[in-house]
Amino acid sequence: MSVTPPTEDKGNGMTGSVEIDAGPLETRELNDQLRDLMLAGIQKVVIRNVCGQRYIGTRLYSPEHRKMEIEIFGTPGNDLAAFLYGHKITVHGNAQDGVGNTMDQGEIVVEGRAGDVLGFSMRGGKIFVRDNCGYRTALHMKEYEDKRPVLVIGGTSQDFMGEYMAGGIVILLDLYGQSHKGNFMGTGMHGGAIYLRGVVEKEQVGGQVEISPLDELDREILDRYVSEFVERFPDLCLSKEEILKDEFVKLAPKSKRPYSKIYAY
Amino acid sequence: MPRIRRELYNKEICACSIFGAMNRDGERFTGKGVMKAIANMHVRGNGLGGGFAAYGIYPEYKDYYAFHLMFTGNSPEAKRSAKIGFDAFLCENFDVVSDDEIPHSDEVVVSDPPLIWRYYVLPRKQGEEALLSDEDYIVKMVMHVNTKIENAHVFSSGKNMGCFKGVGYPEDIGEYFMLDKLYSAYTWTVHGRFPTNTQAWWGGAHPFSLLDTTVVHNGEISSYGTNRWYLEMYGYACTLQTDTEVIAYAVDLLMRRQSIPIEIVAKILAPPIWNSIDRMDEKEKKLLTTLRMVYGSLLMNGPFAIIIGQTGKMIGLTDRIRLRPITAATRGEMFYLSSEEASIRLISPVLDSVWTPNGGEPVVGELNNMRTVL
Amino acid sequence: MKSFVFPEFQIIRDEEKCGQCRGCERQCSFGTHTYDPLTDRLISDDYKCAGCQRCVIFCPKDAIVVRPTQSFYRPNASWSREKIEDLKKQAETGGVILTGCGNDKPFRIYWDHIVLNASQVTNPSIDPLREPMELRTFLGAKPDLMDIDSKGGDVEIKTKISPNLMVETPILFSAMSYGAISYNAFRSLATAAKQSGTFFNTGEGGLPKEMRQEFGKCAIVQVASGRFGIDAEYLNCASAVEIKVGQGAKPGIGGHLPGEKVSLEVAATRMIPVGTDAISPAPHHDIYSIEDLSMLITALKEATNYEKPISVKIAAVHNFAAIGSGIVRAGADIIAIDGLRGGTGAAPKAIRDNVGIPIELAISGLDRRLKNEGIRNRCSIIAAGGIRCSADVIKAIALGADAVYIGSAALIAMGCTLCQKCYTGKCNWGICTQDPRLSGRLNVDIASQRLSNLIHAWSHEISEMLGGMGINALESLRGNRDHLRGVGLHEWELEVLGIKGAGE
Repeated sequence: MSVTPPTEDKGNGMTGSVEIDAGPLETRELNDQLRDLMLAGIQKVVIRNVCGQRYIGTRLYSPEHRKMEIEIFGTPGNDLAAFLYGHKITVHGNAQDGVGNTMDQGEIVVEGRAGDVLGFSMRGGKIFVRDNCGYRTALHMKEYEDKRPVLVIGGTSQDFMGEYMAGGIVILLDLYGQSHKGNFMGTGMHGGAIYLRGVVEKEQVGGQVEISPLDELDREILDRYVSEFVERFPDLCLSKEEILKDEFVKLAPKSKRPYSKIYAY
Repeated sequence: MPRIRRELYNKEICACSIFGAMNRDGERFTGKGVMKAIANMHVRGNGLGGGFAAYGIYPEYKDYYAFHLMFTGNSPEAKRSAKIGFDAFLCENFDVVSDDEIPHSDEVVVSDPPLIWRYYVLPRKQGEEALLSDEDYIVKMVMHVNTKIENAHVFSSGKNMGCFKGVGYPEDIGEYFMLDKLYSAYTWTVHGRFPTNTQAWWGGAHPFSLLDTTVVHNGEISSYGTNRWYLEMYGYACTLQTDTEVIAYAVDLLMRRQSIPIEIVAKILAPPIWNSIDRMDEKEKKLLTTLRMVYGSLLMNGPFAIIIGQTGKMIGLTDRIRLRPITAATRGEMFYLSSEEASIRLISPVLDSVWTPNGGEPVVGELNNMRTVL
Repeated sequence: MKSFVFPEFQIIRDEEKCGQCRGCERQCSFGTHTYDPLTDRLISDDYKCAGCQRCVIFCPKDAIVVRPTQSFYRPNASWSREKIEDLKKQAETGGVILTGCGNDKPFRIYWDHIVLNASQVTNPSIDPLREPMELRTFLGAKPDLMDIDSKGGDVEIKTKISPNLMVETPILFSAMSYGAISYNAFRSLATAAKQSGTFFNTGEGGLPKEMRQEFGKCAIVQVASGRFGIDAEYLNCASAVEIKVGQGAKPGIGGHLPGEKVSLEVAATRMIPVGTDAISPAPHHDIYSIEDLSMLITALKEATNYEKPISVKIAAVHNFAAIGSGIVRAGADIIAIDGLRGGTGAAPKAIRDNVGIPIELAISGLDRRLKNEGIRNRCSIIAAGGIRCSADVIKAIALGADAVYIGSAALIAMGCTLCQKCYTGKCNWGICTQDPRLSGRLNVDIASQRLSNLIHAWSHEISEMLGGMGINALESLRGNRDHLRGVGLHEWELEVLGIKGAGE
């Protein structure tokens, strides 16, 4: 572990950035160190040689709502930032399954692809993924009043995206020309919205889902989050206007009670 | 009429990690890399089983079937006596070219290892058996040994390939059999096990194999009862009480005996949903409907991710709704399959492409030139 | 001769509620209620009441209660009221006691002793509302090995596949003949089958000409021992042909449709003179041995140009496994096996209650016997005989059946209350009668909607239970006895069923 000299005093104790070599570390040891650093007031950590260690960012709850910035070089293991409570994590590489599992607040940026169950039960915060993601993305995502999670994917998702979705915003930009081939999108959806750049067939979405064009409010939402996406990935040299110029569709639930008629009372 | 005792088998359940690496030019490499990769996924197992399949490891004996035998028993004497029983049977039915104890390192701690022996053989068919093909003969003999000869178990029976497995973490099993020192293969598949039945036995570890087909499997097959009885009608004995067995036999039945290519086999084991089939064009729809109608009992239901090894091929496949993960990757001629991407990155930090295949769609790696191994 | 028998039902009328609308008098075909103008009251004759509950449901003031009378005799475990009174009736008439519906005696119901599995932890259960759940199944013969030719990307199946029935849900309507049931009831079954993607069985009464074009494709037509209504068009308009060798309610004996029920239309469909008794002989008189069956099966295949699966329906009796094996080897594509509790329009009570074995014990035995002989692929098994709910269906499939037939359950959906008086032809619900005044009460649109609702509800429940077991396609449950356990069963029963006891 090496410490670089403090760059700027933000007025609350040690503020330098710290480097950790995760090569020889097991999951538990790595997360022990991260927690110690957080409690010591460190606000930025760079972890190198990450290879499969799990739950990075999970053990960082503090009642004082401390915030850390973590940069990961390598391939983090499953459940990255599960239950994340306000920190910012950047992955310089691909992520695996379970990213942002039941995340509450904070931000995750993945410069690559993510695996299955991305943003599972996400309840706040933002996730930006540069490339594609796997199955069951945004499953049971939730929102409440102004606490609204956002997930922006640069590529596309595989089957069962937005299953049981109860709130939040998912945006799939299909920047790489693969078109949206996932099936069973939004089965059981009863809240929230999914925005897709491009088209989907009716057969690809669940019976409770309505495919509709965008309205003013939708365009404002897209404008805001596509800008943020473009900012997160400067190397892609994207233009927000170019992206928003194209056709988008919105997937939303037809009703809040999609299954009200199945029981015999 | 005497009462037949109900069969009270306990089905084992397999959660775990799988990994595969193949050099498509046929260049062989030691087990060191895959041992590192599977150790990286250590937390997915619980130390009660690990195993490897390796292809191309016996080039000097490539024309002979390499039988790997496990002799179990309560004591070294029991194990030796099981071997004697088996040897007698073997000499009657096969020509034995050479045999030796599979070398292992006594420094590695594993629990109660059986006596493990290797034989290079050719079939010696008698009478009506001459009508059988060599491979059908081998299958018949293997089923016989595994059901009838006590404490003797054939766990590998292909040419120029072999399985190494036992009770312990896979990296420990790899060290026990010295796979990083003694063997070079063009394909390695590995498995780390998390069984929920603590009475683990060496034969229950993966891979499961028959002739040159090996299977490592992560998941649980809820259709096991149905798959099992269907296969039993074709002469396969499901003795290992583990659901993975049915996959190996199904692959043997469909790919070897019926010469069905893997793309179609995948559509039998993990067919598309009827909803999708009904929307396809007439020809495709008819084919898939017929396959499901005839082979419905081989549909593998429940979560699974499997790596099938065969001479010259490595195949990854998941269940049709992808309840288990699998990541595929390539780097030059190397082709990787893994439960988690990080393990691939550990042995190959730079990759040309990485993706997660769709459920029910096989990922197939093949040797560029089969002649390098035949 | 004076009858010594007590009434089976007691009618209690709340005189305060009764508005003397005479609705009950109109509803009852047995003449139980009569209006007395002198006292301005309805008078009920308990002796005539069949206990069908029609007047109770339709009384606008809910003024009537009809309930079974308790036995008036001194309690006697061996000489039950039923035994005593049936004996007295026989003494009075010298006749055979007739009855309808299925076996009502307390034989052990194995369905209620079998429990299902659910997946937890090691295997996720599947949610049928959100993930695909497939109940589609194919009934017929399948080849053992297929010859598949694949060149480049082009795949071709060389093996010739036998004709199969495709059903969207494993529940079919059992054989109930037009004649035994009314035209409206029969048509309701056909309509619902068509709507729900399943099949109905014509029973031995034939298929009326006007229904053939619309409903032929969802019909399984029967060739029974009386060979009623069978012509080449009848055979070819259907999707499958079933040879009825026996049925669960009356194994070994034939059928008898009394002349009163042979109306003009029934006669036309069955091709016999109006008003004659329609007798179905006990055996098929051209099947005295298994090779004769083989001959008939082949004859039917010839008659239908080998385009339709041929089914053989048998009752579950002691050596069902051997018979079943013989039937498969004789060339049948489907075996329908009907158990002890199968229903009927008319049968001698002695036969209905004493002959045959419960279907639960037969399915597993037949499935395993066919597998042991390596011939299970050559046919599908349809189980019947007292399937009461979706749990019974799923247990039947796990035991080894491909699908089930429902008879009594379908009639109950249409209004039947199992009063067991079907043989009188006076069914107040319009189901088991040819009296147009009565059959007109059954509205085809409504009744077929009830039947479709039933299929829909059961299919959904089956999906939930399948998902709970971690299975999303029905073919993965067939014969998968691993997912069943027995509770409160003897060792031999567990063996026969081929399942473990709960906790094992």
